[in-house]
Amino acid sequence: MEVQDQESLGRWDGLGSRDVSSRTEAMENICQDVMRKVEAIGPMPALAPSPPASGSPPNSDLNDILAHLLMLSKRCPFEDVKEQCIRLLQAVQDLGVRIPRPLGNGPSRFIPEKEILQVSKVDARTQSIFEDAFAALGRLDNISLVMGFHPQYLESFLRTQHYLLQMDGPLSLHYRHYIGIMAAARHQCSYLVNLHVNDFLQVGGDPKWLNGLDEAPQKLQQLGELNKILAHRPWLLTKEHIERLLKAEEHSWSLAELIHAVVLLTHYHSLASFTFGCGITPEIHCNGGHTFRPPSLSQYCMCDIANGNGHANHHDDLLGNQDMCGEVEVLMERMKQLQECRDDEEASQEEMATRFEREKTESMLVVTAEDEECVPSRDISRHFEDPSYGYKDFSRRGEHVPTFRVQDYSWEDHGFSLVNRLYPDVGQMLDEKFQMAYNLTYNTMATHKDVDTSMLRRAIWNYIHCMFGIRYDDYDYGEINQLLDRSFKIYIKTMVCSPEKTTKRMYESFWRQFQHSEKVHVNLLLMEARMQAELLYALRAITRYMT
Amino acid sequence: MEKMSRVTTALSSNTISGRTMFCHLDAPANAISVCRDATQVVVAGRNIFKIYGLEEEQFVEKLNLRVGRKPSLNFSCADVMWHQMEENLLATAATNGAVVTWNLGKPSRNKQDQLFTEHKRTVNKVCFHPTEVYMLLSGSQDGFMKCFDLRKKESVSTFSGQSESVRDVQFSMKDYFTFAASFENGNVQLWDIRRPDRYERMFTAHTGPVFCCDWHPDDRGWLATGGRDKMVKVWDMTTNRAKEIYCVQTIASVARVKWRPERKFHLATCSMMVDHNIYVWDIRRPFIPFATFEEHKDVTTGIVWRHQHDPHFLLSGSKDSTLYQHMFKDATRPVDKANPEGLCFGLLGDLAFAAKESLISSDANRKPYPGGDRRYPIFFFKKPDPTEQFAHVSSALSVFETDLDSNRMDWFVKTAQLYLLSGKPFAELCDHNAKVAQELKRPQVSTTWTMLRIMFSDPANLTTPGPNHNLSKLGTLPLMNSFSMKEMGSGMGTESRLERSKGDSRQDNIHLEPGNSHISNNNEENEETEGSDGQAEYMFGDAELDDDDLYSVEHDNQTEEQEYALPQEAFQLRHEIMDNPSAPEHLQQDKADSPHVSGNEAEVTCLTPIESFSLISISQPLYSPHLPASFFCPIVREMLSYYAEQGDVQMAVSVLIVLGDRIRKEIDDLTQEHWYMSYIDLLQRFELWNVSNEVIKLSTCSAITCLNQTSTTLHINCSNCKRPMSNKGWICDRCHQCASVCAVCHHVVKGLFVWCQGCSHGGHLEHMMNWLKSSAHCPAGCGHLCEYT
Repeated sequence: MEVQDQESLGRWDGLGSRDVSSRTEAMENICQDVMRKVEAIGPMPALAPSPPASGSPPNSDLNDILAHLLMLSKRCPFEDVKEQCIRLLQAVQDLGVRIPRPLGNGPSRFIPEKEILQVSKVDARTQSIFEDAFAALGRLDNISLVMGFHPQYLESFLRTQHYLLQMDGPLSLHYRHYIGIMAAARHQCSYLVNLHVNDFLQVGGDPKWLNGLDEAPQKLQQLGELNKILAHRPWLLTKEHIERLLKAEEHSWSLAELIHAVVLLTHYHSLASFTFGCGITPEIHCNGGHTFRPPSLSQYCMCDIANGNGHANHHDDLLGNQDMCGEVEVLMERMKQLQECRDDEEASQEEMATRFEREKTESMLVVTAEDEECVPSRDISRHFEDPSYGYKDFSRRGEHVPTFRVQDYSWEDHGFSLVNRLYPDVGQMLDEKFQMAYNLTYNTMATHKDVDTSMLRRAIWNYIHCMFGIRYDDYDYGEINQLLDRSFKIYIKTMVCSPEKTTKRMYESFWRQFQHSEKVHVNLLLMEARMQAELLYALRAITRYMT
Repeated sequence: MEKMSRVTTALSSNTISGRTMFCHLDAPANAISVCRDATQVVVAGRNIFKIYGLEEEQFVEKLNLRVGRKPSLNFSCADVMWHQMEENLLATAATNGAVVTWNLGKPSRNKQDQLFTEHKRTVNKVCFHPTEVYMLLSGSQDGFMKCFDLRKKESVSTFSGQSESVRDVQFSMKDYFTFAASFENGNVQLWDIRRPDRYERMFTAHTGPVFCCDWHPDDRGWLATGGRDKMVKVWDMTTNRAKEIYCVQTIASVARVKWRPERKFHLATCSMMVDHNIYVWDIRRPFIPFATFEEHKDVTTGIVWRHQHDPHFLLSGSKDSTLYQHMFKDATRPVDKANPEGLCFGLLGDLAFAAKESLISSDANRKPYPGGDRRYPIFFFKKPDPTEQFAHVSSALSVFETDLDSNRMDWFVKTAQLYLLSGKPFAELCDHNAKVAQELKRPQVSTTWTMLRIMFSDPANLTTPGPNHNLSKLGTLPLMNSFSMKEMGSGMGTESRLERSKGDSRQDNIHLEPGNSHISNNNEENEETEGSDGQAEYMFGDAELDDDDLYSVEHDNQTEEQEYALPQEAFQLRHEIMDNPSAPEHLQQDKADSPHVSGNEAEVTCLTPIESFSLISISQPLYSPHLPASFFCPIVREMLSYYAEQGDVQMAVSVLIVLGDRIRKEIDDLTQEHWYMSYIDLLQRFELWNVSNEVIKLSTCSAITCLNQTSTTLHINCSNCKRPMSNKGWICDRCHQCASVCAVCHHVVKGLFVWCQGCSHGGHLEHMMNWLKSSAHCPAGCGHLCEYT
């Protein structure tokens, strides 16, 4: 097993090189390797087409390689590698071996593949970031591809993620991936879980841990509680939780480790939101990303059907577009009005306070998806305990999210200092990432150019914080009602609070005239705002513990 | 209520007196400010807005400005300022973006005077003009600064900071028209109040937000700034470019900075996070705070000197809901607690010592260190400064060099380089290392290696006719069966202890010598006749045969007694050894007898003392192939600890690595890690990078092996455009040139690449070496004076 891993690890390394000749060389080695393996299993598959899904043991190794090749042929940013992979796959097929084909269409279920892949061809900067990412990881994941719409942000995102996972830090590498798995599993995000299960095993993690949190070390088990609260009700986090983690005798966490873990947890919670919000599909070479079955009548994979994502939606969409023609214009008009009439009717302070409260309670009432309890898929749920614990509508039960005044504990003044103190450089990176997300704009809205979108962005950001009970004294929450319509609010709420329930219909029903890149932009905002909100609660609890 | 409004006009005594005191507030404070005559202080926060009178013994609440049934957000203050000219005038900055002025002279309960709601975001700071009554300045999160004329309903001018949030604004004390503003992006701008279109000057003061700034009350040009980057900087603004003249590193982000009145070089700071103390710094001595106030239990949010000409009273408000008056004489002085003497060891045993000059000169005639042969006293004098409060101090630094021969660490370096830790069969490694130790005249270590080989070598591989032979001679007496394991353990402990301490004991414990040298020399003999292991052991066994017989008979008869006798003896011996002065063995080695001589000696004495018999006879079964290797582990573990404690962590780690799995489980991970760390540290100090890396690689502790996976990033500049390379490969993003071209031969370098950190040019290691031998300039012709070391 060990040897195999080593071998297969080395196999793909050369492909990430920027040097054409070394790429070619690596590709040739792979070719020979594959051919050898194909010959080794001989014509067996041709004679007895055993069900490939079960994957007989000698075959599975080859299948993995073929799946990887398929991924490269679709995703590799280097054209030469792409072509050679296609050729190799063809050659293998000609020898009578069944080759895989990708499931699903492109990196996202919501966005047409064409549109995503086009981006890197047009923008040199995106292309170069993709090449970097590919060189570093040996793959180009779907998340990066979708984020490729916004290269500035993507760069900052990848840098932060790379630092969190690979660079100097208090936690060991397999711990980091395991925490990533825990966090993603909380939202049943099988995409991220699969991705990190692979990484986890690659850095030498104990496969036993993957059987469930019970098998992981005591230390990680204790993190489960924090994970749970942070993901669903961060406002309930108190310094007692922190104290329990830090004062657990031999299994205790150090402050630096805890900060690292907290950053990882929040990163992956919010990334799970993004994954669902953009409908990221499984990686081609991972489970569920490809199939060896020949194409059949039903073109859609199970998850598509489960999410009510039939063919019919597309027609809906077209019709809807015509109906909602003026949507963008209305929105712009409102922004303009708000900007101009600000001072006309100065709302009283009490009014402002009630507006915030109203928005907060209303956000609770925004119904997410159908209330049916969706059952966590088989292997995801074992990474966390207490699957029933989720974001619940508090106001319905008379519970109340307490108000957190950002003026008393803000990221810029307080959070940053704490993070940077205990986990140097990360504060800086997160700071840049937050600012990047918050300030990113192309001054366009749908087809209109030169629009100042700051108001809209601020409304979105503050609405998300509002859902977490975070209040800005200097913001008039009435603006939110003006700018964000109901379907958009439903989308935001679902994505932030229970991302696993996001459906394609939701994605399509808000802002119908906007481009996909703009919707991805919104998703970035949501993701970062959520991360900051969670971080604020966690860091405040830690600060309270420290004082 | 009427009483309260009256107080504002009362009191104007100029003498300030008081003591360190505090009072509880109802809520956390965000900012405080004092009125001009220093008799009252205003405290503002999210849920508090009160005026307290400063009396001799206590704070007295004078007035609550937070009135109304449902206080609005206008009362939620981020900042407050009391006018320094007009004692009835206050201004607050509200978190919702309002700027409010308050007139204490108003007869009504609500003292609110004017309300400006021009800012869109939180207002971080308000500032009155020091001399102009009606001029108020505000700085807000929305990036604007506004100047208000209090006689008008709206702002008279607006200054734009280009959409960067303003954190602080301060009117200059001396220049009527100038004010400074600090920003969240690290910039500081200077503005002329008459020119709202453009700032006069801008410079980057900090990385990250500049939370505060303060003009020096006396010196026209000095501006102090404090930032999130944990620094306080003092800028000289009189020159064309703002020049940083002082810099103080604090331990947390700096929230407020205030110059101390009447003390030119003092300023007070408090932090926004984590650290609750207030520090007063002498900016010329930035390493240790001049004074510290440690009263607060939560973050200090506001500090202000009580009177603008009195340096002895400091007021502070905090998130812990207390308001303090600190007396300067009650402050803690960290300097007093700091250790006034410094002591440091150099790599080669040199010793540097710095202390107050008076301390040293008093006994200067005495030679401080007998071993030192030279002494360099270096004196530092400070110019006496009348305004300074420090004692006039001068200190002397002495460097003591050690005798070159006495404390040499050569053996360490050589051993580290010559030892083999892996790559060969176990027995060969041991032999090799034993030989290395032998050559370096460390027979004890050498013997230990040999012993280890014998103990742990797989009996099946080792041709050991000797023991077998012996056993068969002993006939039906199965030694092993008659010994309990425990007994064996203790017996062997004795033996190995004896062995280890041989080097020491030889000097002083003459009565022990025969036994010791006997054992060790037997081993040495083994080594010397190393042609075949088997034979050596055979000889060994043979020599012992008689004793063995003797012993086994004894043993047969009186097992019980034997059990007691042995350990007793062992402990006695050990105690005596322990009492020896444990001089490093390599020092004594010179005087020690050569192995050969002692070997002879041993031959002479080997048969005499009865104690040694029993010991050696126990050692006999050591060579029995029936003993599992794990049997020795307790001894080896003890041996390793012994070496480690003696300071020879090198031996401990080397054995640990060579033995590998044989011993690893016996020693707890923490100890192992500790040894590894110490050894690696030592190796790195001697610049034995390769060895240290080998050790890291061979170690089995996860904490150690991950060492060489950290900090593996090198940041490099493109040699072409001098910008940092962000890419993974060797092609620069910006100029699309290959950055790894050799500056000498202009070929792409594959393999070792060396480059200058100054100018980023480089090339093949060899080419660069040769080039820089003959020329001092960079081969690329950039004019940089590269250095190759």
